[in-house]
Amino acid sequence: MTVPLEYFVIVAAALFMTGAVGFLIRRNLLVLLMSIELMLNAVNLTLVAFNRQYVGGHAGQIFTFFIIAIAAAEAAVGLAIVLAFFRLRSTVRSDDADLLRN
Amino acid sequence: MNKVELAYFGLCSLIALLGAVVTVGAKNPIRGAMGLLSTIIGIAGLYLMLAAEFLAAIQLLVYAGAVVILFLFVIMLLGPSAQSKRDARGAVARYVGAAALLVSGLGAMALVMRTKSVTPTALPAVPPQFGTIESIGHELFSTALVPFELSGALLLVAVIGAVAVARGKQVDPTLLPAADAKSSQTSAPTAGQTKEARS
Repeated sequence: MTVPLEYFVIVAAALFMTGAVGFLIRRNLLVLLMSIELMLNAVNLTLVAFNRQYVGGHAGQIFTFFIIAIAAAEAAVGLAIVLAFFRLRSTVRSDDADLLRN
Repeated sequence: MNKVELAYFGLCSLIALLGAVVTVGAKNPIRGAMGLLSTIIGIAGLYLMLAAEFLAAIQLLVYAGAVVILFLFVIMLLGPSAQSKRDARGAVARYVGAAALLVSGLGAMALVMRTKSVTPTALPAVPPQFGTIESIGHELFSTALVPFELSGALLLVAVIGAVAVARGKQVDPTLLPAADAKSSQTSAPTAGQTKEARS
């Protein structure tokens, strides 16, 4: 008997919670982007685990493939925005991103 | 339950979860990026266990090979200022919000685990050709062809956008006519002054 499906889902849930808590408590833009990557990875793990349960097709794995592509694009654009913001304000703290205030 | 499989599962998930905690908790962003790398490697191990060899390879190539390296490049480009100092401003609200999320998430997980059936769901046997490059590629180029091409377009747009956003506003003065070059030279110090005045 193999490792049951629930174990994978629990690990994915713990990963997602870690990423979400990190996104809430940290104020460093780079760490915020890394937390988003953590959450995306947790969702990917869930999709692949459920695809392993329903082996009739590859829907979950195809979906994960596209999520990985989108995550790469998101990281590239997000880091470019962080760089532009750093050039403007010489900081990466998200509290200082208040250009649209007032 | 097979002992070896369970040990492999425990090792991979331990690597992934420890990496996640390091990513979130590390003060130095470089350590955070290393934690993210460890999480990615652990998840790739779990993918192998779930008969997704192609995705495990993609995970290592794209995440460990490209995304983490991109993070490291930006962190090193920013230098010591990539490490932001802690401040107490709004800290209470942040930690209260995170604690509320954590408690509700753990509560939901506990509820699900209490109501689930006594025997855990055993995974079915893997059919041949499940998760291999051939079968995934066949599906990618038949049923998922349109999203595949669209994701290619998305990546192209993202690359162009990233270059355009990160490049900034400096204009190469040799490309400008003389009058424009003069005005850009006079406008450059004012931009610097406003930046100084702001900081």
